[in-house]
Amino acid sequence: MTKTVIPLHQVTIRFAGDSGDGMQLTGDRFTMDTASLGNDISTLPNFPAEIRAPQGTLPGVSSFQLHFADHHIQTPGDAPDVLVAMNPAALKANIKELQRGAMIIVDSDEFTTRNLSKVGYETNPLEDGSLDSFKLHPVALTSITVAALAELNVARKDAERSKNMFALGLLTWMYHRPTEATEKFLAAKFGKKPEVLAANMAAFKAGWNYGETTEDFAVSYEIAPAKMPPGTYRNMSGNVAMAYGLIAGSKRSNLKLFLGSYPITPASDILHELSKHKKFGVITFQAEDEIAAVGSALGASYGGALGVTTTSGPGLALKTEMIGLAVMLELPLIIIDVQRGGPSTGLPTKTEQADLLQAMFGRNGESPAVVIAPSTATDCFAIALDAVRIATTYRVPVFILSDGYIANGTEPWKIPNVDDLPDLRVEFAKTQENFMPYERDPITLARPWAIPGTKGMEHRIGGVEKADKTGEISYDPTNHDLMVRLRAAKVAGITVPDLEVDDPSNDAKVLVLGWGSTFGPIAAAIEALRENGQKVAQAHLRYINPFPKNLGEVLAKYDRVLVPEMNMGQLAMLLKSEFLKDITGYNKVRGLPFSTSELMEAIMVVLND
Amino acid sequence: MTDLVLTKKDFTSDQEVKWCPGCGDYSILSTVQGYLPELGVPRENVVFISGIGCSSRFPYYLETFGIHSVHGRAPTLATGLAISRPDLTVFVITGDGDSLSIGGNHLIHALRRNVNLKILLFNNRIYGLTKGQYSPTSEQGKITKSTPAGSLDTPFNPISLALGAEATFVARSIDSDRKHLTEMLRAASAHKGSALIEIYQNCPIFNDDAFQIVKDGETKSAAILQLVHGQPIKSATHGVIYKEGGLQVVPLDSVSESDLVIHNANTPDPTYAFALSRLSSSILEHVPVGVFRDVERAEYGGLVNDQVADAIKTQGAGDLSKLLAGTDTWVVK
Repeated sequence: MTKTVIPLHQVTIRFAGDSGDGMQLTGDRFTMDTASLGNDISTLPNFPAEIRAPQGTLPGVSSFQLHFADHHIQTPGDAPDVLVAMNPAALKANIKELQRGAMIIVDSDEFTTRNLSKVGYETNPLEDGSLDSFKLHPVALTSITVAALAELNVARKDAERSKNMFALGLLTWMYHRPTEATEKFLAAKFGKKPEVLAANMAAFKAGWNYGETTEDFAVSYEIAPAKMPPGTYRNMSGNVAMAYGLIAGSKRSNLKLFLGSYPITPASDILHELSKHKKFGVITFQAEDEIAAVGSALGASYGGALGVTTTSGPGLALKTEMIGLAVMLELPLIIIDVQRGGPSTGLPTKTEQADLLQAMFGRNGESPAVVIAPSTATDCFAIALDAVRIATTYRVPVFILSDGYIANGTEPWKIPNVDDLPDLRVEFAKTQENFMPYERDPITLARPWAIPGTKGMEHRIGGVEKADKTGEISYDPTNHDLMVRLRAAKVAGITVPDLEVDDPSNDAKVLVLGWGSTFGPIAAAIEALRENGQKVAQAHLRYINPFPKNLGEVLAKYDRVLVPEMNMGQLAMLLKSEFLKDITGYNKVRGLPFSTSELMEAIMVVLND
Repeated sequence: MTDLVLTKKDFTSDQEVKWCPGCGDYSILSTVQGYLPELGVPRENVVFISGIGCSSRFPYYLETFGIHSVHGRAPTLATGLAISRPDLTVFVITGDGDSLSIGGNHLIHALRRNVNLKILLFNNRIYGLTKGQYSPTSEQGKITKSTPAGSLDTPFNPISLALGAEATFVARSIDSDRKHLTEMLRAASAHKGSALIEIYQNCPIFNDDAFQIVKDGETKSAAILQLVHGQPIKSATHGVIYKEGGLQVVPLDSVSESDLVIHNANTPDPTYAFALSRLSSSILEHVPVGVFRDVERAEYGGLVNDQVADAIKTQGAGDLSKLLAGTDTWVVK
């Protein structure tokens, strides 16, 4: 039979199953095969904090969402067009987010009375008509996979575990993705276990063939490549981009990279990634706790290394006192906080932006530090490089506020030319007479970075207040007041780029101002609104302390400023106190990135106000 | 070992020393300043890192590099520095509150990793800087400002704790015994890896004469069990023998000299040094002083740097362009 091929501009697919069903791997593979076709992509993994919650239950559902298109896209998509649900729990956990007409592919073998009752289905949704408004494809994924592997002599358990590859094969057929890369990937992954490799390969092909031959799937789809700037691309997550940015910063500054870290979700992948790159001279130190992690990084900085620590909210709370010491010692230190839902343990695997005020003010005394935030997954590379510039030039602690959304999400990254990266070389203080450890550079206000091993430069520093210039202990009231102001002036004077405003009509009355990972959803919403003829300006803050010099001017230009944040209004609070400007907040803390549609509505409310 | 000719004066900073008159810290400082020329390391390659407490003012008084850091956290800075700069000689200066209470975690982990740090633990069994509360080494029942009815906590024995944390070098000395403390500094410096020296230190203001029994000319010879490698363990009146699977202190006149334990600090089994550490109690009736344990184990910073060197040797130095390019790419024309 001849099958219809329908061209589409964009598709959002969500793979959902048990934590152990391999949904992240399935999604990753589909992403890679899609990227290689030249579509623009954006992904969002969403997994539970429990490593293996009881099988078939709602808390154990793990999902991976992928948005791909023939044009530039900003987000992993709102509502999925296609849901692949490996069991009733996966269906139940995700069905609310589907719009009418969406396609649902389920493993019908898993819809047993027992599994249905586990998640509170009284009747089988595949049979009771409740899914009539969707395009439902029940596929006996498990039994077909097992049957396809019958001749391979693999254990039934291993055969069943290959069903994610069957699903991948089916979707690969449906969207005309190439199969070679996945076959190569499987060969590399399971090369040492031939029977597992054979099972996965056979399941993958069986899924593809199932689409090709059965009448259940009469239509397949094509999505043309997106128009993107020429170059070589790879798929990149925020955490890996951050790790690469640090390595690049280390190379360009010619400083040894030292990471002190304690494992914490969702930051651990930066530690994992950096620990693989020892040949770059990178030292990764898994410390006994968060305090030791930042302490070791500061100790390494003191010795002339590029000291970095990575963590998430609760870990940052523990590092507080040591960061205060870094403020006092005026040494370079980079603190990467991959934010998650809080307070306390909060939502370890979900995203949030509620550590902004902790980074700004979470220390005793007047303790200014730099706060910057990447706007997308791939921006983590650039922001890490700039953190190296700021920390080493000004000898201050620099916070990078990433979050779970961009840390784990991926998008295409145009691979930069190394020669185009900034020159970040630094100079240590050289032997000199009458050395004064707190004598400042007149422009940057940075004090000398005088590392041990420099003859004649022996000196003592510490957390007790310093006398201006000499750095000796001083309890003098005037001196303390002066030093507090000097430390503040140094941070306030850091050179950061001006804020760029995207206002094509040049007469918008409303500015939407974001920071951090909300960039994609805000940009997508604004793009859609402009297509509908709305006039609205967008700007995005990558530098929060210090703010860009032109920020006040930008804010003054607009009648209304809307600040969407995944917190209760932390940036808005800073803006209001700094600029006495009325700010409208759009605040949600659901552990998920904003959807394009909710932001469109929120912006429309302000436009119509 | 070097042609450096430095003197005690070269290691003395221009800062006015501000401990209370009679504080044991003065004699420790003087001994360390006197010992450092012998170390043969240029001043710029020596770093003293302290936490918070009276003893942690120590680095200010030495003409070396130094950091007066955060309460309890000196080993964390020192670890990062020692790993990334194996060319430096790093000392940690700490007290009983700093290292055994707020910073207990860092002490045990530095010791188990065997980071190349020389840790001088000034034990005065009291919180001095905060004006006289009991510490984790104070004897149970201690009357202080925070324990008017007597402290309830069982104290730590720092030597036992260090041994339990897999320490490779553990010693004890006394602030006023310049000769002995110098010997301990010498042995600690010769040791590759972490070395902990517990120094009994008198606080004349809040816990005066806490160690009088091991300092007073009349009592010390009977109280101190000298640990000298290759020599029988004994004081003027008592000796140590093996008994019932452990060690016991007995009057010298009840045994013959040949029954006494010959001290071997290199004994691989830590239970020997642990048994030695248990011979002393809070009342200091019998106090082993000297090197309890000195065994070889790979030093942590060396291991870390070996892994890096090995990666460079086997894979070649990292190429940033290659790293960024990765393997799974596509080209947009």
